[in-house]
Amino acid sequence: MPFQTLLITLVALLIFSYFIGHKRSIAVSTLHKGRRNLHSRPHYYGYMVAIWAGLPALLILFLWSAFSASMVTSLTISGLPDSMQLKTHDELGLIINEVKNIIEAGQISNETDLVKRNAAIHYQRLHNISSLAKTVVVLVAALLGLLLSWRMIKPETRARNRVEAVVRWAMIGCASIAVLTTVGIVFSVLFESLHFFQSVPASEFLFGTKWSPQTAIRADQVGGSGSFGAIPLFLGTLLISLIALLIAVPLGLMSAIYLSEYASKRFRAFAKPTLEILAGIPTVVYGFFAALTVAPFLRDVGESMGLSVASESALAAGLVMGIMIIPFVSSLSDDVISAVPQAMRDGAYGMGATQSEAILQVVIPAALPGIVGGVLLAASRAIGETMIVVMAAGLSAKLTINPLEAVTTVTVQIVTLLTGDQEFDSPKTLAAFALGLGLFVITLLLNVLALHIIRKYREEYE
Amino acid sequence: MKTNTTTGDGFNIEINGTVGTPFTDNAKMGSRNCDVFYADKQAIFDINLDIGKHEIIAMIGPSGCGKSTYLRVLNRMNDTIPICRVTGEHTLDDEDIYAKKMDPVLLRARVGMVFQKPNPFPKSIYDNVAYGARLHGLASNRSELDDLVEASLIKAGLFKEVKDDLQKSGTGLSGGQQQRLCIARAIAVDPEVILMDEPTSALDPIATALIEELMDELRQNYTIAIVTHSMQQAARVSQRTAYFHMGKLVEVNATDKVFTNPEHQLTENYITGRFG
Repeated sequence: MPFQTLLITLVALLIFSYFIGHKRSIAVSTLHKGRRNLHSRPHYYGYMVAIWAGLPALLILFLWSAFSASMVTSLTISGLPDSMQLKTHDELGLIINEVKNIIEAGQISNETDLVKRNAAIHYQRLHNISSLAKTVVVLVAALLGLLLSWRMIKPETRARNRVEAVVRWAMIGCASIAVLTTVGIVFSVLFESLHFFQSVPASEFLFGTKWSPQTAIRADQVGGSGSFGAIPLFLGTLLISLIALLIAVPLGLMSAIYLSEYASKRFRAFAKPTLEILAGIPTVVYGFFAALTVAPFLRDVGESMGLSVASESALAAGLVMGIMIIPFVSSLSDDVISAVPQAMRDGAYGMGATQSEAILQVVIPAALPGIVGGVLLAASRAIGETMIVVMAAGLSAKLTINPLEAVTTVTVQIVTLLTGDQEFDSPKTLAAFALGLGLFVITLLLNVLALHIIRKYREEYE
Repeated sequence: MKTNTTTGDGFNIEINGTVGTPFTDNAKMGSRNCDVFYADKQAIFDINLDIGKHEIIAMIGPSGCGKSTYLRVLNRMNDTIPICRVTGEHTLDDEDIYAKKMDPVLLRARVGMVFQKPNPFPKSIYDNVAYGARLHGLASNRSELDDLVEASLIKAGLFKEVKDDLQKSGTGLSGGQQQRLCIARAIAVDPEVILMDEPTSALDPIATALIEELMDELRQNYTIAIVTHSMQQAARVSQRTAYFHMGKLVEVNATDKVFTNPEHQLTENYITGRFG
């Protein structure tokens, strides 16, 4: 049976099992002094039977489907004549692809190459066996589960608790998917970075001040051997993020204070979502806004004051990025400020504090952990932001902290390293993984730092 | 003159103004014709009352009778509620506290407040007490501030328990200690009047007894108005008792008289536990 048919059959069986379990539990209960003697309500017995019938069978079905193709392929390869076994991995892959094409086109009998023809026949036979075996095993598992759980329906069976346990494992499964994905990404970035550090020494990457990743593609080409000093990139990232935070933190915090403490309910109901829209504008829009409006404006203003401002300046990118991340600061801060109990404010007012004194001296300190959290989120966002800086900050890796000059950032370089056709084992492309790892480590350190700050300065109310 | 009849207690009893002795010769604070509205709803009807110097006046009455609202009239805490409107004449030492030239913020330094639920700031014990002093510039240097904090904690009867932990957080104290910290915080700004809004309702009997003793001592220097749900507490700590009912001031008399021989039928019903 093909996958879809088998799946539909299983689902049908699952629904059927539910009703069987439900019915059976009622029948059993009438034999044993009525339903009140049943440990769980009948639908729990239904769920239990459905889970037993469906869950193992579905698991087998998915695992089998996931691994059968590669199993069949490797069995076909080992079935090839001895002469073919000497070929390289890539060549074998090509042959297998050809074989598969032959089968799909239905041209087995027309194939003239005897080796390929035999391989195709072998492949198809293995495939059919696997498919049949899958169908049988899955259906047997489902029916076995149904039968076993059907026999378990007794008044003292704790169907409710069994269902609860399955629900619990389902939750754990969902949670682990997120965690495992994160771990997987970290390790993949880590290993590719180690790969990179085999061709470029880590000391050069970490402490070098020259970044020009253009390497010769072929050995006979003229061209640089590339230099991979990442300092200018990280400096550029930090410079632009710093400018962005200098804009976003005061503006965001002040608007949060205004919205939560001073604004009328009606104004707040309208202004808060409006402010949050800022985070919803696509970054590419911010990007061309920065490149086409803000950067030229800054250049003109700079000229009129006798300053030379690059047409793609760190200041322009940082300003626009700062506006973009305002909601990250304001929205979270607004929530935590509103969550500070009224009793705190009353206490301060009762001592003769003005509203702003109460806010600055009592409410903000009490809300500090949440505010730091918001700022941190904004900082991570600024460090990882790509589109605005690609369009507005420039590509040249200059070692400078002058915000009026063009700088480049880690994310911009990752983009330029990986756009277009690339070899995936050249230092140039692998450098992107090392840069990604660097960004990850920085964000992680920021988190640790923020946790430390929160723990040290938190003022717990209640 | 019939002003109103009230129901809800099985009796129809008239409230014809306030009976007893609402006025005194040595008034520290006073109200005349006080009405309070929340938006369109009137919460307090025509209250006339004096609070004498160095007396403790207890305000009792069933829930929702307006006693806490009236207390918050006296330090203009109701100003922080946008929909709340207060009318009438209110004085502190014959000064009109609702006059234009009166700054409510400065008024609250003169008329301190202790709240129902202890609400120490999430700061150290020292900073809690020093808060008001710093706010109003009451100490010119660190040692003066130290002395002020110590003196306030001693007056509030808390110093012995916390003298080695002044830098620990005020929120780490027990409920009774927290409330005494709030009292220390209030007296650190040297107010003339202290308003207490059910200060012991969240505390156990031992902590309550400590605070009641403390109130008796504080009476030497301050005028105290306390709202309480406990009639025993009112009888123990106060010299005069005011009985509120449905936004009206029914009776004000010497505490002994209120609890032994009340003038008004409603007061009697309340203190004998027929409703409330």
